[in-house]
Amino acid sequence: MNALAARRRHPAAIALLILVGLLVTGGAYAFLAPKEANASAVSADTVAEGKNLFLANCASCHGTNAQGTASGPSLVGVGAAAVDFQVGTGRMPLAGPNIQAQRQDVDKIKFDDQQISSMAAYVASLGAGPSVPDSQYTTVIQPGDQKEAGQDLTNNQRIARGGEIFRVNCAMCHNFAGAGGALTRGKYAPSLTGVTPKHMYEAMVSGPQSMPVFNDQNISPESKQEVISYLKAVDNQTNVGGLTLGNLGPVSEGMFVWLFGLTLLIGCAVWLGKKAA
Amino acid sequence: MNDNETTAHGESGALAPAGGDGALETRSTTELDRFENPGLPPHVHRAADDDPKAAKRAEKQVATLFGLSMLSTLVFLVGYFAIHDDWVFFFPGLGQAKTLNVVLGLSLGFALFFIGIGAVHWAKTLMSDEEVVEERHPLGSSEVERAKAVKVVTDGGESAQINRRPLLKYSLGGALGLFALPFVLQVAGSLGPGNVEELKETLWDPKYNDGKPIRLFRDPERTPIKLSDVTLGSVFHVMPETMEKVYEEGKHVLEQKAKAAVILIRLNPDDIKVQKAKDWGVDGTVAYSKICTHVGCAVGLYEQQTHHLLCPCHQSTFDLTEDCAVIFGPAKRALPQLKITVDDEGYLVAPQGFKEPVGPSFWERAR
Repeated sequence: MNALAARRRHPAAIALLILVGLLVTGGAYAFLAPKEANASAVSADTVAEGKNLFLANCASCHGTNAQGTASGPSLVGVGAAAVDFQVGTGRMPLAGPNIQAQRQDVDKIKFDDQQISSMAAYVASLGAGPSVPDSQYTTVIQPGDQKEAGQDLTNNQRIARGGEIFRVNCAMCHNFAGAGGALTRGKYAPSLTGVTPKHMYEAMVSGPQSMPVFNDQNISPESKQEVISYLKAVDNQTNVGGLTLGNLGPVSEGMFVWLFGLTLLIGCAVWLGKKAA
Repeated sequence: MNDNETTAHGESGALAPAGGDGALETRSTTELDRFENPGLPPHVHRAADDDPKAAKRAEKQVATLFGLSMLSTLVFLVGYFAIHDDWVFFFPGLGQAKTLNVVLGLSLGFALFFIGIGAVHWAKTLMSDEEVVEERHPLGSSEVERAKAVKVVTDGGESAQINRRPLLKYSLGGALGLFALPFVLQVAGSLGPGNVEELKETLWDPKYNDGKPIRLFRDPERTPIKLSDVTLGSVFHVMPETMEKVYEEGKHVLEQKAKAAVILIRLNPDDIKVQKAKDWGVDGTVAYSKICTHVGCAVGLYEQQTHHLLCPCHQSTFDLTEDCAVIFGPAKRALPQLKITVDDEGYLVAPQGFKEPVGPSFWERAR
């Protein structure tokens, strides 16, 4: 105890104290935060099952008829694509009040595919909206010089065109490599690494949260497939050397240089100026 | 630091009550006397200075560092020829990395690094570190030396007969002067008045389409947009139909694109609070210049729920419901709106172009 008391004015003490405080509050929150009840109602009729799941898990915010309340928007006309995206990526049901819903790891997603598609069927029955995409357009185009049936362009050319469409329509928020980026007031465009092609497609047609809608008249289904294939090609490409630093551009590169580069230079300068023993 | 300050205060405090010029002067001289030239600190010998064994050890260390550099260079040379361009391997922190680039980069870096620290280690352990005093000496040459130099030049001119033959002198001057003229003109010309009118107009001006309204084309697909394509919450990145001619000619494509870029957004008409913005759009579909009025970045980050347009460069934020007025950031003016209507075939067209120059400010903007 005496040793602790003697070091309480050490410069690192305050930093250590803050760190301990943060860990304790964070841990307590994770332990005490309300957990969602995992309801699973079984019904022969898909829409009816979806409705039951909806009433149990979603109605408290979106209203018993999905008409929307003060705490959640109306779901009439958002379509099956929106439900499949929001629930399938674990964004919904919302774990707690937050500036924006976050993608969850696969093991934290509360519903299985069948339950999600029942809920999607129920929401789709409320009003016309974008549906879950055809698997034809969510198949990733594999890089190569071959052409697929009915295509004028080679696979590589199609992926390159996807990149062009991505840079004009998406890169301003999601970054040229799909690494994501900041929006206003704490909102952000998420990273697109590891997102399934189906969910990318659904995000484009449904426009979740801050994201605008890119319907099939704006970016055709084939172009969407090309955009998705571009992102997957970026994910799979070989690093030609050098740290990517998250592909975030000047911010992370500048920080790296300031923290590590300058520290190294100052260390060298100190060593050079020191007399040998 | 603190100690110094208290001493300084103490001294000035002691000076003040002494009073009288004479007293102060004597006081300061005595005080000055107290500062003696401390001289150089006593020279401390290094281990390698006295102990031949330590010196031998230092020598070996330096040689080892240089040897490591040689080894790295050999790795570089062998790697350059032996490693195939297609090879990849897993490198922690990089992921799948190209073997050739990583090996060449690291070996070259280490080769140079070991030469550097070898030299420094040599200097710190073996090279003489005796302190020496070097007096300053005047930098200018002596009078005799200077006169000699002037004589060399004048003698040269004399033997070249430059003073006796003015024709040669002036024709050489003319040749050199004329040769410099194009360079001078280029620099001076670039300072002069540019074509300011180019900054004030874009390809959205109907004069580029024989006076007819100009269709809105998707970028980069280059296809016209129907009003019915633009559903609620949609964003289209738009170029004018007149860009087609520019693409064909292939000249100044980027300059024209950089001025004509437009963002087309549909929101609920009731959300638009400014009547002019509503009138210049169709059913809540509005078009605005995508070029930031601050320094001209592309303002493309549209938040569907807040209806804010954010510029990625300096975070200027424009509120679409307020006719794109600036609500945050360094931009000073709202984004210019492009009036749009629908033509007979249902395609969106711009009938009148921008009513003010797009993009950042320039001196002649208002004139």
